[in-house]
Amino acid sequence: MSSRIGRIYRIAGPLVVAVDIPNPVMYEVVYVGREGLIGEVIAVRGDKVYIQVYEETTGLTVGEKVEATGKPLSAELGPGLIGSIYDGLQRPEKEIAKQLNDIFIRRGVKLPGLDRSRKWYFRRERGVKVGDKVGPGDIVGYVDETPLIVHRIMIPPNVRGELKWIADDGDYTVDTTIAIVSEGTHEYNVKLYHVWPIRMPRPYEEKLSPVEPLVTGIRVIDHVFPIAKGGKAAVPGGFGTGKTVLLQELTKWSHADIAIYVGCGERGNEMSDALTSFLKLMDVRRGRPMMERSVFIANTSNMPVAARETSVFLGMTIAEYFRDMGYDVIIVADSTSRWAEAMREISGRMEEMPGEEGFPAYLASRLAEFYERAGRVKTLGRPERIGSVTVFGAVSPPGGDFSEPVVRGTVRYVQSFYALDYSLATRRHFPAINWLTSYSLYVDFVKEYWDKLVDEKWSKYRATMLRILQREAELSDIVRLVGPEALPEEDKLVLEIARIIREGFLQQSALDPVDAYSPPEKGLIMMEAIMEFYRKAYEAISKGVPVSKIRELKSRHMLFRLKFYTLDELKKVMNEFLNILDQEFREVIKV
Amino acid sequence: MSTALEVPKLLTKATKQIIGTRGALIFVKALGGISYGELVEIEVDGDTRLGQVIDVGKDVAVIQIFGTSLGITPGKTVIKFRGETLRIPVSTDMLGRIFDGLARPIDGGPPIVPEDYLDIHGAPLNPSIRIPPSEFIETGISVIDGMLTLVRGQKLPIFSGSGLPHNRIAMQIVRQAAVKGTGEKFAVVFGAVGVTHEEAMYFLRELRSMGALDRTIAFIAPASAPTVEKLALPRTALTAAEFLAWRYDMHVLTILTDMTNYCEALKEISAAREEVPGRRGYPGYMYTDLATMYERAGRVADKKGSMTIMPILTMPDDDITHPIPDLTGYITEGQIVLSRDLWRKGIYPPVDVFLSLSRLMKEGIGPRKTREDHREVFSQLFAAYSEGSYLRELATIVGIESLTARDKKYLEFADQFERLFINQGEYERRDIDTTLDIAWEILSILPEEELTQIRPETIKKYHPAYRGKHK
Repeated sequence: MSSRIGRIYRIAGPLVVAVDIPNPVMYEVVYVGREGLIGEVIAVRGDKVYIQVYEETTGLTVGEKVEATGKPLSAELGPGLIGSIYDGLQRPEKEIAKQLNDIFIRRGVKLPGLDRSRKWYFRRERGVKVGDKVGPGDIVGYVDETPLIVHRIMIPPNVRGELKWIADDGDYTVDTTIAIVSEGTHEYNVKLYHVWPIRMPRPYEEKLSPVEPLVTGIRVIDHVFPIAKGGKAAVPGGFGTGKTVLLQELTKWSHADIAIYVGCGERGNEMSDALTSFLKLMDVRRGRPMMERSVFIANTSNMPVAARETSVFLGMTIAEYFRDMGYDVIIVADSTSRWAEAMREISGRMEEMPGEEGFPAYLASRLAEFYERAGRVKTLGRPERIGSVTVFGAVSPPGGDFSEPVVRGTVRYVQSFYALDYSLATRRHFPAINWLTSYSLYVDFVKEYWDKLVDEKWSKYRATMLRILQREAELSDIVRLVGPEALPEEDKLVLEIARIIREGFLQQSALDPVDAYSPPEKGLIMMEAIMEFYRKAYEAISKGVPVSKIRELKSRHMLFRLKFYTLDELKKVMNEFLNILDQEFREVIKV
Repeated sequence: MSTALEVPKLLTKATKQIIGTRGALIFVKALGGISYGELVEIEVDGDTRLGQVIDVGKDVAVIQIFGTSLGITPGKTVIKFRGETLRIPVSTDMLGRIFDGLARPIDGGPPIVPEDYLDIHGAPLNPSIRIPPSEFIETGISVIDGMLTLVRGQKLPIFSGSGLPHNRIAMQIVRQAAVKGTGEKFAVVFGAVGVTHEEAMYFLRELRSMGALDRTIAFIAPASAPTVEKLALPRTALTAAEFLAWRYDMHVLTILTDMTNYCEALKEISAAREEVPGRRGYPGYMYTDLATMYERAGRVADKKGSMTIMPILTMPDDDITHPIPDLTGYITEGQIVLSRDLWRKGIYPPVDVFLSLSRLMKEGIGPRKTREDHREVFSQLFAAYSEGSYLRELATIVGIESLTARDKKYLEFADQFERLFINQGEYERRDIDTTLDIAWEILSILPEEELTQIRPETIKKYHPAYRGKHK
């Protein structure tokens, strides 16, 4: 497209209005002003073009030029993504610091997302030969990007034809042509990277049911409110409820191949804490630094607001790209509320009719565009493979009030809802996931998987635990009136077991080196121990043993300590526990 | 008007064509070539006021005025565009001096000789070169050092209520704050926004009387100051702080009080601009606005200095869910909440340990930072005080007689914790060793087997019962 140039007509914060741009295209990228600040066309009204500018606009002058590119905002996808720290426009922040030699981010910096000078060793796929018909998603070769991740080089989604030429194994930069595909007279040069518009979902063959759980290492999620690979979850919570800690734990321990952490409008110090710990911490399953399977997008709260939206879509695009290689990807967005606030600000400046609390009426549909890109899919191309993107979105409701528009808009599109509770947090019950208001619609999907592991016990235990907790909530009102001693023994036992479930099972310390990650088998053993204890105790009280006696048992105290054992230790302790349990209950019943 | 801001500069453009005014806003017919954020001079009866362009289009430019719109006459008043954005002069000479919200001296002293002019809006720190804050700042206040440890690079606000002694606590911190065991360069930047005449006098008096003035820069915009100056003040203060921290490798603690006044000013301007309000009339971008200031806190690789920020705000109606404390809590790394109940009991500083939190504490305590027993003592104090408070409530229902001997020990502990540990003199500086030793004294009220959060070897080393025997 020939260059199309217009002029600035009005500047109001991150919103710039331009005139005289011939044939403006929605969502095309424009360069604003002398410094060429990056912006995106978000509305066209008559001859006026509304541009959301992703950098600070102070100093722009009416009449300065605006250059339209005709291209949508796109991400560069190829080797070099892993371990990077990007801003919302995919500019590598480490490189920016080096090039500018400055601790601050200044505007107008232009750096490509992928390093052009770095060489990667490319191995061609032996099964693909010159003359073959190739299509979108076909794997033509590999790059060992990190010791943890093999980057599969695919034919880009919009390319198909005959493979004319393919490069030999060797070192190549990302923009070297490594294959040529021709269709009729048209030739396409395949490189190690390609670009994809961040607002457009990447294509796939077929969306599949989320039948496999995504193990997170967090007991309350894995065993009570499970999430599936390809699932969508929201984590709403007021400040101080441990949202960020929970999301960081999810990113660290989840059994996903790739983790993408989008820090969108949040704290810089937290971001730096996450970055440092990802360099230090080892992946539990493969013993390598977590950084070798992670991508960070850091657009902290003091960086330009408009770039919050691009951060989440950029993160999602990178996630889909790795999904297309056949990987299981987890993406965490902290916090979607800040993105919603950015939408509100831009919408207000465009003088659109506001919806609730000033948020634009299209808030919910924009949230849907994001969450709906998650899923477990059969990817395009050969060989056949399945990949998934699981998304966790944090929501930061003002005043911890879940009836506000962002929470309500989000609930409609997610299948798992982890409500973080302020009163649990002040009691230092972490993760502060409220078991009465949270839910997961994946239970029925993943039930089979767990039940196969432990012959149908998982869903039974889970149901019993939830029933006890529900009963505890009902009883707590009565207790407040009459005191716990006035309850019948059976109810006293419910309170006792509920306490064991809460403190011995649901509570999990992110700071404890052993407890931070709980392998799935460990959770199952713990569930079994508690349920076994409950069964025995129930039997005992029906024979007239008072709960006060049961409270003194050694086996009861042991239940609170189980979480601090590693899986191997726990297997041994479990035998000991069952013996003590047997013996103790035989004795109390005898007396 | 004083001269600090007057950079000699050719004035580019001028106009008399005022279309209208609303509060602190002036709408003028736009000239070509006006920049967004540009500084303007408004001349009214020989007096020059400053303003800033906050919206500019082909036809209309909106100017926010730093001062009153009193006397502005459409068609007569001259508005000159200076062709540059708002910048303040900075210099190490500012230490020991007192300024207004635009960095003009108000202590009667001479103007400073600027080393540089800096944009008060600053620029965002590159997230990839931040390093996690982990160095302990000793405030000399037991409840903060012991339970809510502040570290260099943290942003930790005080949530207060009207009538509570937050200003006195702030002044105590300014007097006493130091980093343990170092002769490193330490400075305090103090910013007071929209404070009353009495408060302003109190601050000036305190700052002058304490020996600390030579390492302090103070900025004061009293309640009577123009709205826009109140909006500028925190940024001015932070800009001076950044200058000291990043240019001169100083460890800077910036105290900003009372940020509620700042937020009210923000609301006022937003309403004047007829923006769509967010919650309770506050603008929807208040989170971002506050974040662009508080996020200037931090530590950076390869720089010796640090930026620590302690904003103080009064919660309207003592309501912590009000948008001001709520949004602040989402930005800052914890909060120190003051309690009216404790204050009524005569406890100073009346810090509510349960509602308060320092998110970065875990990184800042322990051996070589505070003391090896700190972490365990903290957990134990928290657990025991929590148990004591619960029993206190229970005692009001069932009567103190029905409590066990153990329970009564906990009641005594909770009382002593408030009276001896939280409570301390306004001019009393306790170093961390003193703070932790007091904690041990109070913990020794409880039977030793109740100290479940502390490892036996730590008890042997620090518990008063054993310490005496060694000596």
